[in-house]
Amino acid sequence: MKGAKILLEGLVKEGVEVIFGYPGGAVIDIFDEFHNYPIKFILTRHEQGAAHAADGYARASGKTGVCIATSRPGGTNLVTGIATAYMDSVPMVALTGQVPTAMIGNDAFQEADIVGITRPITKHNYLVTDVDDLPGVIKEAFHIASSGRPGPVLIDIPKDVQQADTKRPYPKKAEIAGYKPVYQGHPRQIKNLAEAIAAARKPVLYVGGGAVASGASAELRKLVEKTSIPVTTTLMALGVFPETSPLSLGMLGMHGTQYANFAIMDSDLIIAAGARFDDRITGKISEFAPHARIAHIDIDPTSLKKNVRVDVPVVGDVRLVLKELNKIVKPGKCGPWLKQIRSWKKEFPLAYRDTGLIPPQYVIEQVYKATGGDAIICTEVGQNQMWTAQFYPFTEPRTFLSSGGLGTMGYGFPAAIGAQFAFPDRTVIDIAGDGSIQMNIQELTTAVVNKLPVKVVILNNGYLGMVRQWQELFYKKRYAGTILEGNPDFVKLAEAYGAMGIRVEEKKGVLPALKKALKHPGPVVLDFKVAGEENVYPMVPAGANIRQMISGMA
Amino acid sequence: MRHTISVLVENKFGVLARVAGLFSGRGFNISSLAVGETMDPAVSRMTIVVDDQGSPRIMEQVEKQLNKLINVIKIQEFSRGESVDRELILAKVKTTSATRSEILEIAQIFRARVIDVSPSALVLEVTGADDKIKALLNLLARYGVKELVRTGKVAIARG
Repeated sequence: MKGAKILLEGLVKEGVEVIFGYPGGAVIDIFDEFHNYPIKFILTRHEQGAAHAADGYARASGKTGVCIATSRPGGTNLVTGIATAYMDSVPMVALTGQVPTAMIGNDAFQEADIVGITRPITKHNYLVTDVDDLPGVIKEAFHIASSGRPGPVLIDIPKDVQQADTKRPYPKKAEIAGYKPVYQGHPRQIKNLAEAIAAARKPVLYVGGGAVASGASAELRKLVEKTSIPVTTTLMALGVFPETSPLSLGMLGMHGTQYANFAIMDSDLIIAAGARFDDRITGKISEFAPHARIAHIDIDPTSLKKNVRVDVPVVGDVRLVLKELNKIVKPGKCGPWLKQIRSWKKEFPLAYRDTGLIPPQYVIEQVYKATGGDAIICTEVGQNQMWTAQFYPFTEPRTFLSSGGLGTMGYGFPAAIGAQFAFPDRTVIDIAGDGSIQMNIQELTTAVVNKLPVKVVILNNGYLGMVRQWQELFYKKRYAGTILEGNPDFVKLAEAYGAMGIRVEEKKGVLPALKKALKHPGPVVLDFKVAGEENVYPMVPAGANIRQMISGMA
Repeated sequence: MRHTISVLVENKFGVLARVAGLFSGRGFNISSLAVGETMDPAVSRMTIVVDDQGSPRIMEQVEKQLNKLINVIKIQEFSRGESVDRELILAKVKTTSATRSEILEIAQIFRARVIDVSPSALVLEVTGADDKIKALLNLLARYGVKELVRTGKVAIARG
């Protein structure tokens, strides 16, 4: 069987339904096989869009996303998308064509060492030089991408390998000597964790993306039911615990809620689950949670003790560890603590000023109102992302898709396209800024051609808002490179692509416009002219501890 | 402080680049690195000497990060006394007729072999543990070491 054919056989066996990509000379043999297999191929208008769409598909569904591109420029255009998936531990298989093996290393036309380029941003990658290795490599790639701490895997396949014949069958199992993720937590450590919880007076659960990846939402809710421990989540875990619950503290960290940060700083026990103590979470690390014992559950041993000391380490899958924990856990005495938290929540709520112009936060609230919270929300990066995280109460996992670790502008829209392919009947909305939407605006074609009802909400403030905010607060308002002069007319632009465009310039027009957009069966771009110099608050300035928040409401 | 770790890896191309990339990408310092096949040609062993730059916590990360690489099969850190280690060096030492016999005498004491002689230089080959090599090089320094080549340390567990 030809290499290209065995690849498609493998993809079908791995349950791949859709591939996002862009063709080219070095993958033409693979594309030729698309005719023979029941896999949907979606042509994006840029390879970066393909990678983000595969990522969005994966985050929304939990399945492995697949993207494909040709050699050099195709592969390098995937790089940002692969790095985005890597930083947020998203299961993805990226396929690239390569020049024929005989030409590798000769600086041939469209040759690039994509395996070398992507080595630090993939969980693993392969250059397949012998077609007999291909079936095993595909099997391994899907296994590695989706197991343990998930991540992207790239397979680079030279053109002659795609064309060569192999008699090797597609293997049933992947056997990798050096790869055995630990799923079950050590019973002794889980017992220690239960004891720590029983002894704690001021416990907090700090939950990250690993809880979403492992499907731990139900076990987490059960744990909270049993123990009444308040929950704060990272950006990556929004929705894993319902933010409508009185025990939800929302997001923590740089733009988290004040009560989440206060709770962390005052706690006597932090139970981190599938989170990695990123600098956006901890602030000044030497002053982080001075009185707390720290328990840390993570499937990736490198996450433990990387940034903070850990008193109760548990290596394992968050869902499985919480399941075992729930069998033995008993609540500690934390009545006064919960009372304290209730009063913080009352005293320091998230808020914004109404200046007469459309407040961007108001738009987010109306998106929640219009959808009833039943939607998959994607964001770009910057203020749009933070306001969404703050003002849209997420209640289910995998309903908030955003580039957290890498912080990729241009992620949200193609990710929304990918998510829509995973869930054709759900409402999918990308919340964008007028800056970031322009980074992958070409995917409007992909949405229109495929008749996807994706909605794009542009919070149009005429600035690269987050950087402008920093310039305002820390660089004496010396705006450099952040004023977006010459923005296109987004309504006309949408129409030029064959989508619907709606402009809203008044507050009272926000909800009706959203309702109209949601009724429309195709893609819609909503251009909300929002207050220009609105800031994201509260905010922890760089280098400060996370109690030292600027509230912005004084 | 320096730590010696022995890493079993799959003998595939690109593995060295992955290990090297891990060290450079995360700011860990390699003091030396030696690689070769084991008795099983599908498996290689790397002996890596790592400088912890005064922060012992780094070693835990180094080990965990190495373990995370798919091609890494097993890692062993040798603490003092658990292993025997050796390094081979070639040193080209400046000689004159006046210093040659002195240098040969030092070489003999250290069981170094002379593997090349020319009117102005001697090439010495010596194998040993850290201390011995350091001591020898200290003694040779006053004659002038024109070139020094080291294999990096290799280590093996005792018993």
